[in-house]
Amino acid sequence: MPGSQRSALGSLMLIAAVVGFSVGAFAYTAGWLSPGRLSSTELVSALAPPGGPALGHRRNHAKGVCFTGTFEANGTAVALSKATVFTAGHYPVLGRFNLATADPNAADPTVRVRGVGVQISAPDNSVWRMALIDPPVFAVSTPHGFYDLLEASKSKDPEAMKGFVAAHPEFAAFGEWATKAPWTASYAEVTFNSLNAFIFTDAAGTKNAVRWSLRPETQAVPISGADFAKLGPNHLEEDITERVAKSPQRWTLVLTVADPSDPTSDPTRAWPPERRTVEAGTLVVQKIEPEVDGPCRDINFDPTILPDGIKVADDPFPAARSAAYARSYDLRTSEANHYPRTAVSAKP
Amino acid sequence: MTDIKTRFSAVQRLLHWLMAIGILAMLFIGVGMVSTIGRQYVPLLIAHKTLGIAILVLALVRLLVRSVSGAPALPADLPEPMRLAAHLSHVALYALMIGMPLIGWAMMSAAAYPIVLFGGFRLPPILPQSASLHTMLWSAHFYLAFAFFALVMVHLAAALFHGLVRRDGVLQTMLSGK
Repeated sequence: MPGSQRSALGSLMLIAAVVGFSVGAFAYTAGWLSPGRLSSTELVSALAPPGGPALGHRRNHAKGVCFTGTFEANGTAVALSKATVFTAGHYPVLGRFNLATADPNAADPTVRVRGVGVQISAPDNSVWRMALIDPPVFAVSTPHGFYDLLEASKSKDPEAMKGFVAAHPEFAAFGEWATKAPWTASYAEVTFNSLNAFIFTDAAGTKNAVRWSLRPETQAVPISGADFAKLGPNHLEEDITERVAKSPQRWTLVLTVADPSDPTSDPTRAWPPERRTVEAGTLVVQKIEPEVDGPCRDINFDPTILPDGIKVADDPFPAARSAAYARSYDLRTSEANHYPRTAVSAKP
Repeated sequence: MTDIKTRFSAVQRLLHWLMAIGILAMLFIGVGMVSTIGRQYVPLLIAHKTLGIAILVLALVRLLVRSVSGAPALPADLPEPMRLAAHLSHVALYALMIGMPLIGWAMMSAAAYPIVLFGGFRLPPILPQSASLHTMLWSAHFYLAFAFFALVMVHLAAALFHGLVRRDGVLQTMLSGK
């Protein structure tokens, strides 16, 4: 019966075509057919120093120390966002002061950018996580630009960095800060900035683009890079541990509200200084603990973990950071045995 | 009544096709979101979690409905190996429909991530934070996702084989019509 055999063969070919098409679409979606697409894996790999990453540690901002404390909301920011953490009250905080380096043992004076990760929890179970750094603007305007920066700064070609700067004119403001801004000798004197813009929604549904900063209560004392280097490789952790042991250290959470004309998608462009600001409350750091057994160790300060009332804007960085932080988290938790806990009652 | 069941009930068919769309979307969203750093990452992640919980709920409802309504018998002339394959593949499909969302939920819990669904709906953690549990669950979620997709492809190919080559009425049990 050649007719029915032909028809069966046709049917089998049809089935193969349907399955083949589905598998192809799946492979395409997974990025297997587009090796040029920048993934979190490549971004995170690019962070690794030539000798490879420090296993068990964050792939960037690897050197850090944990803190716990309180966010004392004054209630003013409910005018901007319905997030529960802005209602007047005290909310528990978990955080981490850190240095923007892939080396957990880097000497403090070798790292220009400092950061802080903060988690504020509210009684309605909403959680706000953020990761802020101290430059006034970011280095590049797109996640791909950040990848280019990592590649250029690692390159053995002496022209690589020049080529990067020429291709990324937006780098100039950050470059100026990195080379000229004075240093400080304490985390307690650092202003930390979100740099990325987020959308705040109030109870009536009104939306505003907002960036924010943590402004220290402690007066900053400028110090030269050379003088800071004399204080030793781990001065920042020693200093903040000592200060907090004596008395809690405070930062004011300052929200800056954009005008409709301000750029919300480009963290290399600062908003004009006369923009409206709202002081939402005070971050009070009450206790410092080493990272190895500390509560911040296994927390991913993913900036897209937001309470109801705050959401991501058109800024491309929070999404890219979220993807990269998750990759880093997956890697370092799988390498936990390379970074063993020291406490007797350690969790696995 | 000696009515021989030749078709799944309307509710079962509706559940099947809803979940077919949901699971395929889920698998594509999953591999898509982990391979992008674009702005779509954030909404894809929320969609993935929301759809995962929806599939978990629908799968449990479906098991319940199946226990009440039953299923049409396979054709009497179906060879024993195919009968066994049909049985095992359906057990595996149900296990994955229920297991994958639970593994994902547990994995998020073990990483101390808040679990926020579409509309700001929050789920409680089902495990304490643990690096070793997170790693184990992450691997399970990752590898089982590809097994799930492969199984869906086998299921699709087998359904079409029944409908186009064997023409034994098995495909029709999940279709509407006379």
